[in-house]
Amino acid sequence: MAAEFQTPEFREYPAVPNALVKDATAHLSPFIAKPNHQEQLGFPGELVENWEEKAIEKMGDLLSKYRGLRVYLDSCVKCGSCTDKCHYYQGTSDPKNMPVARQDLLRSVYRRYFTFAGKYFPKLVGARDMNREVLDEWYSYFHQCSQCRRCSVFCPYGIDTAEISMAAREIMDSIGHGQKYCNEILGKVQTVGNNLGLPGPALSATLEEFAEEIQDDTGLPVQIPLDVKGAEVLLITPSADFFAEPHIDGLMGYAKVFHEAGVSWTLSSHAAEAANFSMFIGSYSNMKKVAERIRDAALELGVKRIIVGECGHAWRVAYSFWNTLTGVGAGADASDEYALKLQRQLDPSVPQPMHICEFTYDLIQKGKLRFDKSANDHRTVTFHDSCNVARASRMGDWAGGQFDIPRAVIKACCNNFVDMDPDSIKEKTYCCGGGGGLLTDDLMEIRVKGALPRMEALKEVVDDRGVNTLAAICAICKAQFAKVLPYYNFPMHMLVSTHQLVGESLIMTGSNQEKALQPKQQAEAEATAEE
Amino acid sequence: MSVLYALLFYVATVLLIAGLVYKIRQYWITPAPLKIPTTPAPTTRGGVVLRMAREVVLFESLFKSNKWIWLFGYMFHVGLALVLLRHFRYFVDTTSFIWSWVPLISPIGKYAAFALVIGLLGLWARRILVDRIRYISSPSDHLMLALLVGIGSSGMLMTYVVHTDIIAVKVFFMGLMRFSIQPLPTDPLLLLHLGLVALLMIIFPLSKLLHAPGVFFSPSRNQVDNPREKRHIAAWAAKLDK
Ligand code: SF4
Ligand code: SF4
Repeated sequence: MAAEFQTPEFREYPAVPNALVKDATAHLSPFIAKPNHQEQLGFPGELVENWEEKAIEKMGDLLSKYRGLRVYLDSCVKCGSCTDKCHYYQGTSDPKNMPVARQDLLRSVYRRYFTFAGKYFPKLVGARDMNREVLDEWYSYFHQCSQCRRCSVFCPYGIDTAEISMAAREIMDSIGHGQKYCNEILGKVQTVGNNLGLPGPALSATLEEFAEEIQDDTGLPVQIPLDVKGAEVLLITPSADFFAEPHIDGLMGYAKVFHEAGVSWTLSSHAAEAANFSMFIGSYSNMKKVAERIRDAALELGVKRIIVGECGHAWRVAYSFWNTLTGVGAGADASDEYALKLQRQLDPSVPQPMHICEFTYDLIQKGKLRFDKSANDHRTVTFHDSCNVARASRMGDWAGGQFDIPRAVIKACCNNFVDMDPDSIKEKTYCCGGGGGLLTDDLMEIRVKGALPRMEALKEVVDDRGVNTLAAICAICKAQFAKVLPYYNFPMHMLVSTHQLVGESLIMTGSNQEKALQPKQQAEAEATAEE
Repeated sequence: MSVLYALLFYVATVLLIAGLVYKIRQYWITPAPLKIPTTPAPTTRGGVVLRMAREVVLFESLFKSNKWIWLFGYMFHVGLALVLLRHFRYFVDTTSFIWSWVPLISPIGKYAAFALVIGLLGLWARRILVDRIRYISSPSDHLMLALLVGIGSSGMLMTYVVHTDIIAVKVFFMGLMRFSIQPLPTDPLLLLHLGLVALLMIIFPLSKLLHAPGVFFSPSRNQVDNPREKRHIAAWAAKLDK
């Protein structure tokens, strides 16, 4: 299968931009989608006959629908500001992984067919005809972009390569040249309700097991409810939370928080998935279809609130797009019956949707959660800002809440917290290397190489600040780190879910942990009294 | 020659304005169906205006990114702005009320030309010397710099070395604005300067110079971060609601 490759060496910190190595990763392309994967999403099964023409037609269609695409393709001045900002460029030195060069793969074709200069002076402005070579290049390099938007932060016009790579993937899908990983998964979520293709009964059995585990541990009747009508909260979480480590520990953390808060909640077997890979392939209609399962579940179950579990791109879709796609939110026009139907049902006094970190944070602010921070004393924790949370969404009601709230949650339950290099966190955070539909074994090489900048920043705090725990809030980041940490000689178990830290230190009322703590606390109190 | 240049400037002006109107209209009517501000983003309209102002006046994102590009880019743009202001004196009657500030800006504009040209040369040097930027440059990127350096340096030569009859130049342009063609001095340097300016005006709406209007339409910079509070929906997308 995948060819042998070398894990990149750590560079001296802070690293200077690498010298270019042309075509260093030109050989990397993910598997092509099979006809059935394509067709179930409404795309042609295989490359259509007149695909060159069709691709240009589709490009024209997208240009008329997305202002961003049009403006971004026109406005780049080739200033070079973004060139060294992409983790894939840093990890591979391939010039086509420089954001502007990646855009140019598409821009060159745009210029040829849609601009005066490109039509009449193609050489002068670097315009190219649509042909097989171009298509192969698109397929390769638009699948070496995790759509993390780091480049967009540093561009003087905010040019977002993610938008360009989404458009390129949508064009390729529309001519029958899609990616297997994303399209196969999207088929499952649209037919079964989650990316795994896990049917309802199997899901409910799994959840019961987890609940039992929590009950054994805490001695409390904690539940992980499924399809409960009339529950207050519908929790939409990535399906990785049901089967992968350390995701599961995060899920158990949410369950404990809901229990302790005394809020009734439920999962839905119809919408047992927060992930929405339609965003990665730029397909508005598929994104809407997947999001509509959540709307349907919310209407069906009659919930008052929708809360989203730890996931990056899913939170982007939820926070930024759900209201647009399905009306999960507020502020619909009075004539907008479609959105109002749901918005009338949802509680207007809280943000809809809400992130689980916002939920926990609010409880902490109100003093409703107690923690035994010493339970996490064996850890020195650092936090990885997920790209989609950091640069494409928000938490709380202030700009930058997406940075402050998860950190506040971690600090509420851990004594030792250290941030990584400021150039690698918050709005400048590096993608884990596996986002944007790249989390597949056939792209392992680019995933490992793209993780380099994050691993370097991690190495620095591990070596200098004694960090031994990496907390994440995204299902993809967690799955990616679980795979790539060993490549960089970090132990896999240093990776935790943020709500795992919460769950492991939460003092639940009446739990075994609380009872065990009481003598200790009493002793402490007595000791203080005696002094 | 005067007639030729008069026609050239009429054509260039028409193409510049028509081209810009066409592009701006295109940006205006193309919907932005999804909320995609690069966050953290302002949560209010006023905040967005401030963000845009910082971007346009200070080049905030560029400053975050790369101090050299920022420095040269900033020198060029600020130089250009001042030089353009100085050129107002060719289009404004001394008796008009707008004239009052022209004498103020003129002396600054004179030196701003140095910033303009040095900035351009700095950017050009990076385009040639830094392998990443060399890689992304096409011939048009170099020609654009050549054109701007040509305009800047021919202008400076006229200011400092080979003076031209600026009174006559002013009469020529004031005439153009009243559709009467007055004689234009025929110094080669002046003709070169004006010819290049006309060329720049013509290619403006056809080239990457569209970044000037483009930045205001960039959804990653001009959108308010309020997707939960307000349903944002484009007309074509609304049709998909059942
Ligand atoms: S969006 Fe992220 S992965 Fe894609 S080009 Fe920009 S920095 Fe690289
Ligand atoms: S920073 Fe923006 S304008 Fe500059 S090269 Fe990159 S995409 Fe183009």
